[in-house]
Amino acid sequence: MTEPAVTAPVLTARGMRRAYGDAVVLDGVDLTIAAGEVVALLGVSGSGKSTLLRALAGLDPESGGQVQVRGRTAVVFQEHRLLPWKRVADNVALGLSGRDVRARVAAALAEVDLAQRGRAWPAQLSGGQSQRVAVARALVREPELLLLDEPFGALDALTRLKMQDLLRRLRDEHGFAALLVTHDVDEALLLADRTLVIDQGRIVQDTVVRLAHPRDPVQPGFGRLRRDLLDRLGVAPAGVPA
Amino acid sequence: MSGAALTATSTVSPAATAAVADGRPGGAGPVGRPAQARARRSLPSWRRAVSPVALLLAWELAGRSGVLAEEKLPAPSTVLTTGARLAGDGSLWVHLGDSLTRAGTGLVLGGTAAVLLGAIAGLLRLGDDLVDPPVQMARMLPHLALVPLLIIWVGIGESLKISLVALGAFFPIYLNLYAGIRGIDQRLVEAARTCGLGQLARLRHVVLPGALPSLFLGLRLAIAAAWLSLVVGEQVATDNGVGFMIMEAREFSQTDVVVLGLLVYAVLGLLSDLALRFAERRALVWHTGLRAT
Repeated sequence: MTEPAVTAPVLTARGMRRAYGDAVVLDGVDLTIAAGEVVALLGVSGSGKSTLLRALAGLDPESGGQVQVRGRTAVVFQEHRLLPWKRVADNVALGLSGRDVRARVAAALAEVDLAQRGRAWPAQLSGGQSQRVAVARALVREPELLLLDEPFGALDALTRLKMQDLLRRLRDEHGFAALLVTHDVDEALLLADRTLVIDQGRIVQDTVVRLAHPRDPVQPGFGRLRRDLLDRLGVAPAGVPA
Repeated sequence: MSGAALTATSTVSPAATAAVADGRPGGAGPVGRPAQARARRSLPSWRRAVSPVALLLAWELAGRSGVLAEEKLPAPSTVLTTGARLAGDGSLWVHLGDSLTRAGTGLVLGGTAAVLLGAIAGLLRLGDDLVDPPVQMARMLPHLALVPLLIIWVGIGESLKISLVALGAFFPIYLNLYAGIRGIDQRLVEAARTCGLGQLARLRHVVLPGALPSLFLGLRLAIAAAWLSLVVGEQVATDNGVGFMIMEAREFSQTDVVVLGLLVYAVLGLLSDLALRFAERRALVWHTGLRAT
């Protein structure tokens, strides 16, 4: 495979629409993600961010709009969604074929530090471990685009920090593009090259995050970007009435 | 400790005997804690055997001493002797074989129809609309009440017994398979789709294994229903099978043979349940693992 040009978009979406009856959830969203770019999609509950991701992933036949994806995609959901009747390794191998599947699965599990748990049942794993298996299941497909729907939203705060670190590391190693749906402003700023804010089915803010890696909430510039995003999301500073 | 013993078996009432027979404190018992399980097995198991053994002894004594009239209820030892005699001359095995053939044929026929229709109704919206309403209506009818109608339809021969067993086995399998397929987490199906699984592959990797626990439950209920149907069916114009053996013995007041027949029915039920539990434990390792953790 030839290295794609840096500017060639891995995902182009035009006029994404979705309505549930009279309620319009997506109101003509355009979105482009460059190869290797990590885009965070922020929004309050009900803003349409998960709906957009599902539409982009092709999981919503009722949605309208045009989606063009160049290369493979993989999805990580908020819940791990592992099949309880398959061992961890078989879950990761789901839908793969070829002679080297076992080796690829083992490599993917090793990358999420679960090399030893391939024979375990999903029910025997902790929440963080299960979510790492879900990441391995996505990773083993060598996606050009990773769609993440609040992937760490159900985890405790400490595990979440570790998972964010893991995701950043994997991104650096594999160079996949990612669309990260989240409601966590810090998470968005720690991981993303660009942040989008969606409100009432429209993208209302598109900001390039020019912060040096590794990022840290106390580094210069982080606080101002954070404040901007929170303002846009309608969260007033502490002590100031909205 | 007696409280713990109670919880170990109270969750599985029809299988409680089976659970004791295979030496484990019930399928729902804490397999993962060997020390506790061992203590639970050694102490209460003899205590739980006290009353059945005492009852048996009392029965035996009452029979021997003549308190229980021989023609009302013969002593257990008499029943066992009769069993040995009938097993020795081969007639017991012939009757048993005939009954098993009926039960097996009926189960296969009813089970196949149930799996086919259950899958159609569970998987396809059109199938659901067309198949489920009539089945739900028919299920309200106690199938044993159909005997007179069945006699008119298929006669009093072998087809009657097999039809009864098939009908009895059909509903539990259909209903549980249908519910099992309907109950599958759609989020798992969706995740399988994002992994590139086509419709057939999703059926094989998600729907089938997801519905398997319900299918096993249906099968267990179906086998119980099959034995019940057989008991009723074999009381109508039969000249072979365990039911015939009982009916014939009643006419000649051979109470020992009657009781032996009942015992055979009980053992058949127990053995089939044990076999199914064994198969279930093999097929649903992930499920038992879930309960253990």
